[in-house]
Amino acid sequence: MLGAITLLLVYQTIGEVLVHTLNLPIPGPVVGMLMLFITLVIRKSVSQELRDTSQGLLQHLSLLFVPAGVGVMAHFTRISDEWLPLLVALLASTVLTIAITALAMSGLLKLSSKREEQKS
Amino acid sequence: MMPQQFTEIWVYLSATPLLGLTITLLAYQAAYWLYKRSDFNPLLNPVALSVAVLVMLLLTSGTKYETYFEGAKFVHFLLGPATVALAIPLYSQFEKLKQMLLPLLGALLAGAATAIISAVGIGWLLGASHVTLMSLAPKSVTTPIAMGIAEKLGGIPSLTAVLVIFTGISGAIMAKSILDVLRIENHAVRGFSVGVAAHGIGTARAFQVSEQAGAFAGLAMGLNGLITALISPLLLKISGLVLLQ
Repeated sequence: MLGAITLLLVYQTIGEVLVHTLNLPIPGPVVGMLMLFITLVIRKSVSQELRDTSQGLLQHLSLLFVPAGVGVMAHFTRISDEWLPLLVALLASTVLTIAITALAMSGLLKLSSKREEQKS
Repeated sequence: MMPQQFTEIWVYLSATPLLGLTITLLAYQAAYWLYKRSDFNPLLNPVALSVAVLVMLLLTSGTKYETYFEGAKFVHFLLGPATVALAIPLYSQFEKLKQMLLPLLGALLAGAATAIISAVGIGWLLGASHVTLMSLAPKSVTTPIAMGIAEKLGGIPSLTAVLVIFTGISGAIMAKSILDVLRIENHAVRGFSVGVAAHGIGTARAFQVSEQAGAFAGLAMGLNGLITALISPLLLKISGLVLLQ
């Protein structure tokens, strides 16, 4: 477990260093994720230890959002002043985003499988 | 125990990071227990429940958010390594990923643009202030990325963090019904759309449904972070002429 956690932190650090030196508009952990993904693709295997640790961490991914969520108490005034536009925009936009992404993806999947059929 | 003694102990404990960390874990585990007992009913989202309990606890005890965060930051910190760890489920889906590359990218672009334009557009129509709109724009992207984007756009990063969490919660709650109505059965598609709209909280929900849905949600979350960081300044500049004089 210790080795796997160290590995994750090393990749996160590599990500942070790359973001800062290359002035990228994305956060370090995302770059770290891409680097680790590329490493795994090249090595063609994942150690059981890394698999178990990442599973443990991701199983309770939602816990990690709780501290930032409690931050709502620091913004009560703005939120109560603008609750209607915030609530409607947030909910409607989330519904639209889920629906449009899902429809676009299944449409494009159908299109590409039709092409495959035509090819063969 | 005498109330005065209790207050003294609370004051003593609040000054150490121990209390913030402990109550976060306790609240989450209680919420998760309830969520599990309900057979993972999306309405009993554990993030929503634990945030509600913790806010009430902090307000009634008069504890400041900054004091609480001194302890809770240890949990918050794990978001970084957890994001890196998403590479592993992603790798297990690598073969599927290769086959679906173009549909994934097309859906990502459509979803990312929808998330930004619809949130800012609806907020603007209903009269939200400029600062609020800029804090709202990256709401579908995972917390650390969204905060960075909001700062660049002129929003308030900590407000963005809150809006991101509430977007995630609402996405995790509503996704099943929306996708059922649209008759989307493919778990890759279900996971991916939840990940684009509702980042890590949607991903956590998707992992409870299946590993495939979770992996695609995690992928969508990472990609949407990248693409929103790249296109949101551009989209808002274009629409700014019409929308946000």
